Amino acid sequence: MSLTPTPLTSAAGPTAVLRQAVLEAAASFVLALLLLGPIVGLVLDGYQIKNELQRPLLIAALVALGRFLFTLALHTPSGRFWLERFSAHRGKTAILVQSDSDRQHHGWLLLLFIAGLALPFLANKYALTVLIQAMIYVLLGLGLNIVVGLAGLLDLGYVAFYAVGAYGLALGAQYLDIGFWTALPLAALLAALFGALLGFPVLRMHGDYLAIVTLGFGEIIRLVLNNWLSLTGGPNGIAAPAPQLFGLEFSRSAREGGLPFHEYFQLAYNPLHRFIFIYLVLFLVVCLMALVVNRLRNMPVGRAWEALREDEIACRALGINHVLVKLSAFMMGAMVGGIAGVFFATYQGFINPASFNFFESALILAIVVLGGLGSTSGVILAALVLTILPEVLRAFADYRVFAFGVLMVLMMIWRPRGLIQPRRRAFDVEGL
Amino acid sequence: MPEQEPLLDIQQLDARYGAIQALRGVSLRVERGEIVTLIGANGAGKSTLLMSIFGDPRPSAGHIRYLGRDITGLPTHAIAKLGIAQAPEGRRIFPAMRVEENLLMGATPLGMQHIDTDLIKVFELFPRLKERRDQRAGTLSGGEQQMLAIGRALMSRPQLLLLDEPSLGLAPLVTQRIFAILGEIRATGTTIFLVEQNARQALKLAQRGYVLVNGAIRLSGSGEELLANPEVRQAYLGIRA
Ligand SMILES: Nc1ncnc2c1ncn2[C@@H]1O[C@H](COP(=O)(O)OP(=O)(O)OP(=O)(O)O)[C@@H](O)[C@H]1O
Ligand SMILES: [Mg+2]
Repeated sequence: MSLTPTPLTSAAGPTAVLRQAVLEAAASFVLALLLLGPIVGLVLDGYQIKNELQRPLLIAALVALGRFLFTLALHTPSGRFWLERFSAHRGKTAILVQSDSDRQHHGWLLLLFIAGLALPFLANKYALTVLIQAMIYVLLGLGLNIVVGLAGLLDLGYVAFYAVGAYGLALGAQYLDIGFWTALPLAALLAALFGALLGFPVLRMHGDYLAIVTLGFGEIIRLVLNNWLSLTGGPNGIAAPAPQLFGLEFSRSAREGGLPFHEYFQLAYNPLHRFIFIYLVLFLVVCLMALVVNRLRNMPVGRAWEALREDEIACRALGINHVLVKLSAFMMGAMVGGIAGVFFATYQGFINPASFNFFESALILAIVVLGGLGSTSGVILAALVLTILPEVLRAFADYRVFAFGVLMVLMMIWRPRGLIQPRRRAFDVEGL
Repeated sequence: MPEQEPLLDIQQLDARYGAIQALRGVSLRVERGEIVTLIGANGAGKSTLLMSIFGDPRPSAGHIRYLGRDITGLPTHAIAKLGIAQAPEGRRIFPAMRVEENLLMGATPLGMQHIDTDLIKVFELFPRLKERRDQRAGTLSGGEQQMLAIGRALMSRPQLLLLDEPSLGLAPLVTQRIFAILGEIRATGTTIFLVEQNARQALKLAQRGYVLVNGAIRLSGSGEELLANPEVRQAYLGIRA
């Protein structure tokens, strides 16, 4: 297998695309490990050679993830467009139309992006924590939107993957001594595995039955975390490490051998730095995920998810491998939930199973439904509304939850199909 | 071995849903380039036969050969890749997706490399769909939805097209229009296996036909033969002998 993309297979079905992406990612993982293992993994320390395996593992995981995304990207309309630019044979392929309103859209998005980046520098600590929480829920909403909004699989235990991500970081730090950046891809992978674990037994289930089983799954994960005292610390919880910036720590005084961020840059210590940093990384990840999910919708995989939601029997009649489609939806959704969990843990610094109860699943589901099942921008808006609104309503003290409920009901009356209706994009076909 | 084996060759097929036996020793054959129709009363097992060609339900006994290859028990998506497509009973289009997206879904077994040319072909066959390519499929009329279901099946460039009651719930004129298009599709080299309740029109269109009664083949013959058969005339054409 070569490292250059295999052209001309660029236009295969969703299953083929996914299989190709996974295979190529696995191959590049192995290659990167073989190549980097000896170079990065063995560190000369004084007169000793230390074996630091987690470093090449991290890099190889990043390479594999990059390769996976790259392969997927090559199957998006614009990916194919670029691929065709570089291949001699110009196949006829559908290309997305970019209307004027779309371009205007991009201008607004850029503005929002810059505003989002600037925001933490204007916020106080309280506002910053609210922002971070809001972003975590945006991420959760985007992930669950794949499962519920796009693929139409009602998942009431989504919080399980959130917990897997959070505990992935905390337990990984405690037992394997991995940091935030290593945990991020590993926890995402782990959560995706759990997604498959849930996906297999529920392949034949629909609607109410699926909802009950996923609900049970979420509770099982929480109960295991709660009761496996020797591993997780049970209800007492477990500490999670803060992220580092190229090895610089965001603490007042460094741990043994570490170097604090403010000393390196000769700034006064400010506990806000840690939150600003978490927010910025989180914000970029949210933007990336929103982009990826939006792209996926216009790719064969994403269309297959929606077709599955619409009519599973029709999917089978068209020869769509519904097993693969369902599993990929569960795994993608779980992966995003796991990433959100890592951010939650690092932001809190300390987690316990109580954070991952059914109420969280319900809230995330409310975000997806309120956002308008399937609409990316709707989900983002709903996540912001549902996390920031309760904070704003703090002024009403005792009536806060009541006011929140009334507002939810009003919104559903005013917009029964969610805040934003999913938009369907048009294709431009040559010769039509 | 004969000169050229039939496109589809079904031998002694049994299929059951739990305790219910829906097909009993069904044998039939579809040659390349034919339109073969299968008629029968409600509950005779027509849809079951069509679906079991597609691997769902899996036959409990017997064999299905396609192009000489035994496809009995293959998973549905593997069968679709071999060049068999179907427009299922009740159309089953994706209502919230646009007409064009529905058609793209049909191309799944083939991949996306031919979608440009294939979309153009389908739109030539069904100009109505071209006018409505951006419309949500759920808002199409019944006839248009049937056209979409057939067009969607054609997007995988099938050699064998399985159609389950395309005239279901359609006005006679629309049915005629659809049957005329089936003739055009056959002219492009696609073989059609047509399940119908509308026996008169189906037998007129088809070269050969089979009559299914209670899960077993009762009669078979050319379209004219069956149209003239007293039993068919009485039971399916409503003509007193
Ligand atoms: N999923 C199923 N589970 C159990 N029994 C089924 C199932 N599908 C069909 N049957 C039974 O199998 C028999 C044949 O049904 P089938 O749908 O094949 O009939 P049909 O000839 O297509 O009828 P129609 O013209 O009304 O569509 C019927 O007795 C039906 O009740
Ligand atoms: Mg039927």
